[in-house]
Parts: sequence; structure tokens; C-alpha cells
Amino acid sequence: MANARDKNYEFVRREDAPILPPPATEAGITGWLWQNIFVSMADYTSIGAGIRSLLMAILSALILYFGGTQIYALIDFTIFSAVFSDPEGIKREACWTVDQGGVLPSGWHGACWPFVVAKQKFLLYGAYPAEDLWRVNLTGLVGLVGMVWVMIEQLPYRREVGAAMLSLYPLMAFILLTGGNSDAEFSNIGIWLVIGLAIISAGRLGKRGFLGPTFAEFATLIGFTGWVFLIFNAVRGVAAVDFGLEPIDTRDWGGLLITLVVAITGIVASLPLGIILALGRRSEMPVARLLSTIFIEFWRGIPLITVLFMASVMLPLFMPEGVNFDNLLRALIGVMLFSAAYMAEVIRGGLQAIDKGQYEGAQAMGLSYWQTMRLVILPQALTHVIPGIVNTFIGLFKDTTLVSIVGIFDLLGAAQSTIADPSWSSHVQALSVYVYVALLFFVFCFGMSRYSIYMENKLSKSRSH
Amino acid sequence: MASKAKTKTVISDEVMISMENVNKWYGTFHVLRDINLTVHKGERIVICGPSGSGKSTLIRCLNRLEEHQDGTINVQGIEINNDLKNIDEIRRDVGMVFQHFNLFPHLTILENCTLAPIWVRKMPKAEAEEIAMEYLTRVKIPEQALKYPGQLSGGQQQRVAIARSLCMEPKLMLFDEPTSALDPEMIKEVLDTMVELAEDGMSMICVTHEMGFARKVANRVIFMDEGQIVEQNEPEAFFNNPQSDRTKLFLSQILDH
Ligand SMILES: Nc1ncnc2c1ncn2[C@@H]1O[C@H](COP(=O)(O)OP(=O)(O)O)[C@@H](O)[C@H]1O
Ligand SMILES: [Mg+2]
Repeated sequence: MANARDKNYEFVRREDAPILPPPATEAGITGWLWQNIFVSMADYTSIGAGIRSLLMAILSALILYFGGTQIYALIDFTIFSAVFSDPEGIKREACWTVDQGGVLPSGWHGACWPFVVAKQKFLLYGAYPAEDLWRVNLTGLVGLVGMVWVMIEQLPYRREVGAAMLSLYPLMAFILLTGGNSDAEFSNIGIWLVIGLAIISAGRLGKRGFLGPTFAEFATLIGFTGWVFLIFNAVRGVAAVDFGLEPIDTRDWGGLLITLVVAITGIVASLPLGIILALGRRSEMPVARLLSTIFIEFWRGIPLITVLFMASVMLPLFMPEGVNFDNLLRALIGVMLFSAAYMAEVIRGGLQAIDKGQYEGAQAMGLSYWQTMRLVILPQALTHVIPGIVNTFIGLFKDTTLVSIVGIFDLLGAAQSTIADPSWSSHVQALSVYVYVALLFFVFCFGMSRYSIYMENKLSKSRSH
Repeated sequence: MASKAKTKTVISDEVMISMENVNKWYGTFHVLRDINLTVHKGERIVICGPSGSGKSTLIRCLNRLEEHQDGTINVQGIEINNDLKNIDEIRRDVGMVFQHFNLFPHLTILENCTLAPIWVRKMPKAEAEEIAMEYLTRVKIPEQALKYPGQLSGGQQQRVAIARSLCMEPKLMLFDEPTSALDPEMIKEVLDTMVELAEDGMSMICVTHEMGFARKVANRVIFMDEGQIVEQNEPEAFFNNPQSDRTKLFLSQILDH
């Protein structure tokens, strides 16, 4: 006891302990390198750990070497060794080596950019008449401005701009690109408009309960169908007006224009269609559930190539004679329905993640089924599955290349046909244009991917702790 | 003591709810067995009973979150049947507070409270917000209005849920174990809110095991077991002098721990 009392345990800190900078392994570039790379290969405390560290080191070196050489090869091909201009207008000879009769050193390997530049118009617009390109450019420009406007949060009227982009813009794009002035007859369109109005009125009456309780349950859906009818025929009507633009057959469209038209139509249409299908598949109404399930399983069960073939080769065989249905439109509808089925399953996944209490909370306050879905369930379900939705978008964007199977020249199809031009024939002709096409695809897909990550972060920040 | 004094009871003759010979099955399982219950305007009823006895099912039948198969239920003279219009009308007048709050996590507290008034009652946004702030002040959390539910404590969330229901200005409130999911220190704040509501004369049906609350505000305590109403009485008589053996057993279990 005495011993313990002799010891002096008294301790009072008189100065603050200094705040020290972190060790090199924790901060800065060295810290980052250490934590992300070297820490996995620095443990030699036992034989097992030593072997593992050694293997990690060797593997890292190999990856570094092969990755590095690949990336260097790409940069070398596209920039350092590339031919950028053809001032004398000698076309293919600008990209020939001395062995082939040109001026470039033997064994030269680089991109032949003058070729891509010369084919630029074809790659972007296909055979669209040169004097009407402003129509495509205007459509693209308005689309771009509208999209960026909606994406930047600081700008005013975002909601209105977004609504216009989804309603007026497609109409404008349709008229500008095709030229309008279709041969649909106004009397015919008028009849369909009246039918649409009749369906909407039936829906209204049903909603008020005049047509019996069973009917009331379907009233919203009937009203919706009526609106689809009405809008579709209104668009047909506007498209039949002569705006003084030269009609341009979709067979002359091509390149990036086709890729964007197919992809954007597919993307914009697949989301609402997918939502309706997903809701249908989870509905308590057996008919809606059965129809949605059959639809989804049917379209998921066949490859897109088959869909496109059916649409362009088989469908005309079943059509009455004289009915001429645009080839691009058929492919578009095929792509839309196909992607809607995939989208439906992604969204169904999101719906399943929503707690039953959310439905009950909304119902107990008197919200209707559609209000519950629109205001409570879907905003949450869609946020949950943003990565899946964007995944489907990106997949769809790349799948548009399949339309070249049915004679529609998308970006890749256009690229392929430029290779057949003998006046630019050289050993790097194909590679140059493919690298260019790959780059364009990458820019679009990577852009979508980044925007989705940004959206996820934004939404998760505003909604949780 | 003054605080012990029971809140003043103003029960009118007006019948709020009448359930006659109500039966309900889940598949082959008979979950509600011959329920007969009349609730008058201004009454405050506490339902208790063992887990699985059908308490939640009973009150969820009152706003058609569950469908009964036999018997009749009238709420404010409107019969609950397959007619969607009746159900819409009843849900407008009957508020419900759940065990797990069921707030909408993607909306702010204020938006949670104004959603139904705007979309169901078709109220202008400004008016709905004014009313929402009034009720949020009443449950003592007006300062949280612009936060999201995930940023609030359990007790605060449940008070928001109560305010959200009140924004629809209901004539009857249903509570399904509103304090069972809360940490002990938050139970009081929610019960206090409910006591205040009772003092203002709201008709309430409340599933809870908070016996202090039952003694303080209830006009009638109902004991359920195996889908039946086994016993009902005024709180003092119910707790001090239970009649059936099942009630005695149940009370001994919840009071002696
Ligand atoms: N949706 C359902 N399907 C089948 N059985 C259910 C369902 N909901 C509740 N039950 C059963 O009905 C009985 C009563 O449930 P509930 O009303 O929730 O009881 P309490 O609220 O009194 O605990 C329980 O046995 C429960 O398992
Ligand atoms: Mg319960």
C-alpha cells in the first residue's frame, strides 16, 4: 500500500498536445498512392503475406505495362502518328506508305483523319440532302439547348421547358426532319379525333360512377387511352399540313442522325411504357396483370434482331396491299416496345423495394390509385433504380446499331459503307473510321453514365440524413 | 390532483361508427369473429389485447385498408362496400396513424402534410401550407417543416404523422400502436400530443398498450382476443375489476413486468 502511495499519479496537462500533420501514408499524393496501390504489396511479415505481396506487385506491373502500351498505342494512332490534313487533295495517297506508293515511312500506322473529315457529312446525316441540313442542325440545336436547360438547376422555367421538350419538341423535330405534308387525309384524321374525344368522355363519365363500379376502376386507363388516341391523331393532323418544307424520305436519313433518332425515341418512349407495364404487372386486376406479363415476357424472349427483321420483312406481308408503312417507323416501334419490356422489369424491381406502409399511408389519406403511384410510389421507386434505368438506356443506345441489319444506315452502318469507297482505300481506312465511331459512342454513353451518377448523388443527399 | 382529472367527456348521440356482425377471414383463418361495435361522436376508445388478436385488422376495416367479408360497417352513415365513392368519402373523414409512421421519405415534412389536402381536398397550395404549419405548431415541430423525414427522430416523425392526418381535418382518428416502434424516451411526447387531441374533443380509436393513456383519456376500453371482442368497460372498471379470465390474464401480463 505504502508503495502505491509513494508513486506520484498526479497528472495535469498544462499545454495542448500539438496537432501534427498526418503521416505520408495518410494524405496527399503519396498517401493516395500508398493506400490505393502499394499497401497491398508491402506486407512481408510472413511467408504467405510475402508471396501475396509479391504476386500483387508482379500483377500490378503487368497490368501497368499492358494497359500503358494499349493506351499509348491508341494515343499514338489517333494523334502522334495520325495524318491530319490532305492539302493537295490526293485523297487515299495521303495515307499511303512509301511501299504503297505514298510518302509516309514504311511500317507507318496512324489514323487517316482527312478521310473521316471527307466523310463527315455522310457519317452524321447519311444521304440527307445537303441544302436541307439546317433542318437537322436546328432540330439538334434546339434539342441540346432544351436538354441542357432542364439539367441546369439554376435556370428559371425548367418545368415549362421540360414540358415543351416532351410535347412540342418531338412534333417540331418530326416536321422539320420529315418535312411534314404527309398524304394522310384530313377527313380520316377528323374521324379519329372524334373517336378519341368519345373515349375520353367515356372515361370521364366512368370516373363519376355513372357507368357502374367495375367501369369506374378502369376509368383512368380508358381516359388515358383516349388521350393517346387524340394526341396521336392530332400529330398526324399537324404532320399533314404543308409547311413548305421539302419532304425527305427516311430512306435518305443516315449516320448519327439515325442513331440519335432511334435511341432518343426508344429512351423517351420506353420510360412511360415501362412504367405502365410494370404497374400492370403488379396490379390487382388479373386481366391487366396477365396482359402485361405476356407482353413483357414476349418481348424479352426474342432478340432485337428478330424484332427488327419481323418489323421490316414479315410485317409488310401481313399488311393489306397499298398500305405503306415507313421502314424507319417500323424499326422505331420495334425498338420502343422491346426496350419498354426491359424498362418495365427494371422499374418493377424499384416498385418491389417500396414498403407496403407507403401505399397504406397514401390510401388512408384518400389518395386515389393513380395519385398514390404518381406522387408517392413512383418518385421513390424510380430513384431507387436510376442505375438500372440508365443501364437500359445505354444498352439501348448501343443496340441501335442493329438497325443496319434491315437496311437503315445508322452511324455504324454509315461508317461501314464509307469503307467501300476506293478513292480513300488504304490500310488504315477502316480502322480510322471505326475509331471515330467508337469515340462518338463513348462520348454519349459515358455522358449518360456520369449524369446518372450525378443524379443519384443529388437525390440521396437531399433525402437522407 | 388536477392533472389526474379526466378530460371532460362530451359524447353526443350521433353515431360515428357502427359495426354489425362483422366477420373477416384471411384465407381459411377467421380473423374477426362476429364483431359488434358502436362508437359515438366524441368517444375515445382504446383497444387492447394480445398480439395477433385482430386489433389492427379491426381498425383497418374502418377505412377499407382491409376488406371485410360479412356483416355491415357504417362510418358516419356511409356504408363501406365495394363502391369506391363511399370509400373515398370515408377516407377523407377518417385519419390514420401507423406504428411505423409511413411518412413519405422523398417529401419534406411540409410537403407530407400538404399532399392530401392539395390533391384530395383540392385546396390551393398556400392555404394547405398555412393549415399544415398550424398543425405542425400544434404538435410542436414547426421548425422542422423543411426537413425530410429521415432527418427527424422517431418521436418527431410520429408527431408529423399525426399532424399530417389532422391536415385533412378528419372527424375520427385511428391509431394503430402509435408508440410501439419508439424508443422509451420518445413515447411521452407522442402520448402528450394524443392527450391534447383528446382534450380538444376528437373522436379516437386507439390500439395501444399504454394503460396510463387509457386511464387518462379513454371513455371505454375494449379487450380483444382471438378475433372477438371479449370485454369492454369504462377504464376504471376495466382495470380494477376485469370480468373474464382472459382479460385478467392479459392485464396481469402487461401490468406486472
Ligand atoms: N394480410 C394477412 N394475411 C394473412 N394473415 C394475416 C394478415 N394480416 C394479419 N394476419 C393475421 O391475422 C391475425 C391478426 O392480425 P392483426 O390484426 O395484425 O393482429 P394485432 O394487431 O392484434 O396484433 C394474426 O394472426 C396475423 O398473423
Ligand atoms: Mg397490430
